[in-house]
Amino acid sequence: MMLYIVILFLFAAITLYFLLGGADFGAGIIELFTSTDNKHRTRNIMYQAIGPIWEANHMWLIITVVVLFVGFPVIYSEMCIYLHIPLLVMLLGVIARGTAFSFRNYDAIKDEKTQAFYTHIFVYSSFVTPLFLGIIAGSALSGQIDPKATDFLHAYIFSWFNWFSVSVGFFTVALCGFLAAIYIVGETEDVDEIKRYIRKAKIMNIAAVICGALVFLASHFEHVHLASWIFGNPVSLVSVIAATISLVVLYLIISHRRNRQWIRVLAAFQVCMILISVGFSRFPRFVIFKDGSSMSLLTEHANSNSIDDLGIGLLVGSLFILPALGYLYYAFKKKDR
Amino acid sequence: MDDFLAARSQMALSLGFHIIYSCIGMVMPVFMAISHYKWIKTQDPVYKNITVAWSKGVAIFFATGAVSGTMLSFELGLLWPGFMKHAGPIFGMPFSLEGVAFFIEAIALGLFLYGWNKLNNWVHWTAGVIVGISGVASGILVVSANSWMNSPSGFDFVNGQYINIDPIKAMFNKAWFSESLHMIIAAFSATGFAVAGIHALMIYRKKNIAFHTKAFKIAIIFGAAAAILQPFSGDLSAKNAAKRQPAKLAAMEAYFHTQEYAPLVIGGIPDTAAKKVNYGLEIPGLLSFLVHDNFKTQVNGLDKIPVKNQPPVAVTHYAFQIMVGIGVLMMLMGGIYFYELWKKKDLLSKPWFLKTFIWATPLGFIALEAGWTVTEVGRQPWIIQGVMRTSEAVTPMPGIQYSFYLFSFIYFSLSVAVIFLLKRQIQMVPELYDRKTAQP
Repeated sequence: MMLYIVILFLFAAITLYFLLGGADFGAGIIELFTSTDNKHRTRNIMYQAIGPIWEANHMWLIITVVVLFVGFPVIYSEMCIYLHIPLLVMLLGVIARGTAFSFRNYDAIKDEKTQAFYTHIFVYSSFVTPLFLGIIAGSALSGQIDPKATDFLHAYIFSWFNWFSVSVGFFTVALCGFLAAIYIVGETEDVDEIKRYIRKAKIMNIAAVICGALVFLASHFEHVHLASWIFGNPVSLVSVIAATISLVVLYLIISHRRNRQWIRVLAAFQVCMILISVGFSRFPRFVIFKDGSSMSLLTEHANSNSIDDLGIGLLVGSLFILPALGYLYYAFKKKDR
Repeated sequence: MDDFLAARSQMALSLGFHIIYSCIGMVMPVFMAISHYKWIKTQDPVYKNITVAWSKGVAIFFATGAVSGTMLSFELGLLWPGFMKHAGPIFGMPFSLEGVAFFIEAIALGLFLYGWNKLNNWVHWTAGVIVGISGVASGILVVSANSWMNSPSGFDFVNGQYINIDPIKAMFNKAWFSESLHMIIAAFSATGFAVAGIHALMIYRKKNIAFHTKAFKIAIIFGAAAAILQPFSGDLSAKNAAKRQPAKLAAMEAYFHTQEYAPLVIGGIPDTAAKKVNYGLEIPGLLSFLVHDNFKTQVNGLDKIPVKNQPPVAVTHYAFQIMVGIGVLMMLMGGIYFYELWKKKDLLSKPWFLKTFIWATPLGFIALEAGWTVTEVGRQPWIIQGVMRTSEAVTPMPGIQYSFYLFSFIYFSLSVAVIFLLKRQIQMVPELYDRKTAQP
């Protein structure tokens, strides 16, 4: 029983990290693809949106890691061994991004040269970090990790550097950008700005669809049976259909520029559905190896004492965290009204 | 550089870097809350200005501490998968609670930093206090995880299997209290002296004297009080080590031969091959007294420990000497401060006094790093004392030295960046903070 609660927290933390942290990455990605003359305004709007909450958004990553190493230590250590390099690059991204964002805002002297330097680091690391997050997720699920490999390249490079993983990485980047653009639409009252962000959201969405198609194409080359995962079971199938319908609804609403809160909900819903679709089709497998064997969340877990204590810790912790987090979002959203 | 050494160096570097930022990020919010409280109570704008100025520093340090902490939680697995595979579920309890505390800290910090003019004064103040409390709680929890490695409990190790796991018992292992206490006091004294030193420098340069004087006082009261308390907690830690990690204690003291009336060796150069200390000052019986409260009682030396289970003696001994030496110095300075405060002398106009505190700016952090070296190097060759060797835990992936070089470069650049930012913050005090109303 407690095991299922812990697993629920694991998936919730991953999803929330994607929805909230992902949007933060998206903010950087959008800044990367914004023309120079609009950059300043874009930055200000985004700073107001993510300034107070970005630290909290990234705590979901910490929760994910802690749940993994306390609850599923074997899975965690195997991932750490075979996906060492992408994890390292992702972490470098996390470090560079977090510090550059803070330094940019808290440098007492805002001269153009140093600000540009921080911005440079911020936008590129905002791109690299979700790229590698996606690569890690793609590698864990695609069955490219080969524990029997004897040479460096096959054990530590091709486990993640393959068409499927990399295309999942780009798909992740596009989704983050899409989320951020949609969230920002609700942050401003200026009609021109709204138009601009809606256009950006549409572009990011098209990019996501293209990258999604690439993922399918790559899965064909790498012999990953993605289509049968998604269409092979009712839950995944329904999730994908729901995501598609919500995309259509989103387009209808967005074109009328109304109900901006609903746009956010729909976008988040879409991403959730994609995660559920893939997550459910693979559950309880968390890491799949080249020889077809896999590590399951239902068998590779820690002893029951540790799981129980972890579950209680998470439940009690969320009694503190969730209201506080709710208040944080509330306190900084009410300002507009 | 072989992979094992590279992995150890990278871990040492990451922890050594993180420890500075996390200590400042943990203690500064407490200072901030005091100053904020004084502003709300007295409405003296200088206190508000100090709070605002400090909060910018906290934001810089907190972000750096948070990302380097995220890095560490992954590095445990990236570098030591053999360790985490077994230890994760046993000593994970404090980590999960720390995750919660850290989360709350991040939320409260968001509210605090961006809450000026948005939140009610007391709600705002409470947010700051919660940052401080959850920061200190995180510190205690993380150190209890480390103390488990020094004093493993909450499981039975039978035929290479870890059974009967009890995470709560592991968290409250026998070393958790003394080690956490020592670390938290160290954080307060190091940060207190560092902050006070910077403000002392500005007073010495006769810049914004009212502002810097008030800031100096808040910082030094904590720093000095902690420095005076620290020897007592150090004594507790040493007795703990003597009981559970005799090899660590012997290495700290460079104490080779088991004997009665065991001497305390001050300074000196340990010669591990000849099993003696050259040029050290020996005080007969003092080590026996410190460990057993009796000048005669026998203390076990390194000769009781098989050579393959001995930590590097020289490094541990030097680090310990540096820590204790600086600790004594800081304690004396703390004593002088309180004595003169009691005598109501106007200290801050005396250049010698200011100069002393300016010189002491980095001392606490040097002692902190030295102390951390003692506890980590002194535990070698074990990653879990007496249960698992560090060499059994290391990742099979080759080429770790490149990652070590990369991280050396990154941490070096980050340190330079933070110093650069701090300098600019201080430089801008007259324009940004020490005005009628500082802009948060």
